[in-house]
Amino acid sequence: MTTVERVPKDKITVEGLTGDAAIAHALKQSDVDVLAAYPITPQTIIVEDFQRFAADGEVHTKVIPVESEHSAMSACVGASAVGARVATASASAGLALMWEILYCAASMRMPIVFTVANRALSAPINIHNDHSDGMGMRDSGFIQLYCQSSQEAYDTTLMAFKLAEDHDVLLPVMVGIDGFIVSHNVERVEMLPDEAVQKFLGVRVPVQPLDPKNPITMGPLALTDYYFEFKEQQDRAMWNVPKAYKRIEAEFKKLTGRSHGMFEEYKTKDADIIILAMSSMGGTAKAVADVLREKGEKIGVVRLKMFRPFPTKEITKAVGGAKAVMIFEKAMSFGAVTSPLALEVKSALYDLEKKPLVVDFVVGLGGRDVPPETFVEGIEKTKKYLEKGKAPMYETLGVRK
Amino acid sequence: MAEPAAVRLKDMLQKDQILSAGHRMCAGCAAPTVVKLMGMALRGPTIVCEATGCLEVATTIYPFTAWKIPWIHVAFENAAAVASGVAEAMTVMREKGRSEYEHVDVIAVGGDGGTFDIGFGALSGALERGHDMVYMVYDNGAYQNTGIQRSGATLPGQETTTSWAGKVEPGKRQRKKPLAEIVAAHKIPYVATVDPYHYRDFVQKFRRALEVEGPAFIHAYSPCPRGWRSDTSKSIELSKLAVEVGIHPLFEVIDGEEWIMSSPSKNLKELKPLEEYWAFQGQFRHLKDPKWDDFKNQVQDQMNHDWELLKKRCGIE
Repeated sequence: MTTVERVPKDKITVEGLTGDAAIAHALKQSDVDVLAAYPITPQTIIVEDFQRFAADGEVHTKVIPVESEHSAMSACVGASAVGARVATASASAGLALMWEILYCAASMRMPIVFTVANRALSAPINIHNDHSDGMGMRDSGFIQLYCQSSQEAYDTTLMAFKLAEDHDVLLPVMVGIDGFIVSHNVERVEMLPDEAVQKFLGVRVPVQPLDPKNPITMGPLALTDYYFEFKEQQDRAMWNVPKAYKRIEAEFKKLTGRSHGMFEEYKTKDADIIILAMSSMGGTAKAVADVLREKGEKIGVVRLKMFRPFPTKEITKAVGGAKAVMIFEKAMSFGAVTSPLALEVKSALYDLEKKPLVVDFVVGLGGRDVPPETFVEGIEKTKKYLEKGKAPMYETLGVRK
Repeated sequence: MAEPAAVRLKDMLQKDQILSAGHRMCAGCAAPTVVKLMGMALRGPTIVCEATGCLEVATTIYPFTAWKIPWIHVAFENAAAVASGVAEAMTVMREKGRSEYEHVDVIAVGGDGGTFDIGFGALSGALERGHDMVYMVYDNGAYQNTGIQRSGATLPGQETTTSWAGKVEPGKRQRKKPLAEIVAAHKIPYVATVDPYHYRDFVQKFRRALEVEGPAFIHAYSPCPRGWRSDTSKSIELSKLAVEVGIHPLFEVIDGEEWIMSSPSKNLKELKPLEEYWAFQGQFRHLKDPKWDDFKNQVQDQMNHDWELLKKRCGIE
């Protein structure tokens, strides 16, 4: 392994970029071979920007402007199967239309990077942010990384290729940013020089590509006698992810000084109540924790980045010592015991002898604002539930009742 | 150097087969013959992208495969999209010095359900984008893989398990989607119809499809004894008859504009009556009932009309 050195400051480009533009720049520097995508708000800028790079000859990429998202993911699988580095982007309804092929991509072990500007699912049709698209695909076999900022979106997109293409992993990766809140918000982004990215990522080394000299059959029929073994291997690959992710992040940190972890812990050590949230809500939660701490309340925050695979042990350790975990999440699982994130957390904590009270709030659906006041309202409720010693399985906040 | 196509029987015996024996397709099914004829046309490194269907499931039951060339299946409705990804990726990897092949032919294969119906959007999109690939449909007139359900390719009067012949219905009433014409309307470089009886015509056309730059489309007729309730020994004969009655006329369309009738169709003095085609198959048995005489006449009239229209397009008086 070559030694990785910190890229000197004068080689770093700093620009004000939206989350979408930051991802487009990362895709450009990743020397993607094939990008197949279909327009959908609020992801479209990723593809528009990338097409502009292509039009100006700044990338050597075959961009396939497909006629649907279903074909976008299908073309990605085809391109990935012959050994190309491949990416696509989508959101909401587009992601839902891909759904069938998401499972194929993961099960066929195609290291596709899928950037998503997370958006509510229809109906009613709504273009704004929540996590119902990402949560809808949570069992598809994609690795899922949710980002809080444009910088993190840039960093994570770069690392996603290395993670997906790692021979211990070989799984597709979803990189999520909150639609509009991050996708259209301009922030300061530090970008690496092209050569540093090239050195970091290298060229994809496919394990078993479609090759006329070594003909193989890919995507066969496997019935009762073999299907299960495919799934067993796929599951094992998923659990190879944390180790590979940590290794890749460590290398990236040497290069940039930045790392984001599987999740971010903020003032959790002595916290009585830990707010657990994903993506842009993490930022608000941290601001709320700061203000409440000034008033003497011991509030901490865990901002979860990696939802799949779910960092079970690590999350258990991070929140297990608190009196309560207050989950803020932007998705519902209709008719389920509780909501997607709370389902994971409660399951993870189940084996602890002394466990924190888990309080689950569904917030922000369809882009409904989640201001600091909503967090404070949640914390007040959580305190009452702590006194009572029990809480509802989940409830909604910030909605007309 | 491109390998020559095997058009003569002698050459066919020497050309590498792309599909092995023991592939588990039904006895008498024409699809393996269609695939083997496709193989006779190949000119070098080739990748096949297949839609879900009979041919896909029967030839690749894990841990076995009958395919001797690289082959991928992803889903039912996306063979054209998968092929577009394969084609573009092979090109860019060659440009970047990561592929040892000067050129790889990319072929998408789908049944009529996967092509006329569920895969139609992906097909149309791929044609419009102009990828250098060949799409071949093997048309056996219904969703045979799932148990003989009607498709856009099912013929009027054909009985299937979703277009039953009953007391008040003569099987499917609607006409067959004119897919080759619709594909030709995309103004792609090459469209041709083929069948396994006229094997030289088949191989020559498939080779031409490979050789043109940009998308080409091959519509192959593929009798299905199981679904058609026909004798397993009659599939090749039925292919010939389909041409003679006008159900599957043989022609080529260049750039969506130049229509050329192929010899087997061109040499017909007149169409044989559809009755001759129906008589071979259990799926049309109900049409013998005189109560469907009017319906049959309508279908025959339509056939004659379509034939005259095609002749006109091809400049035949």
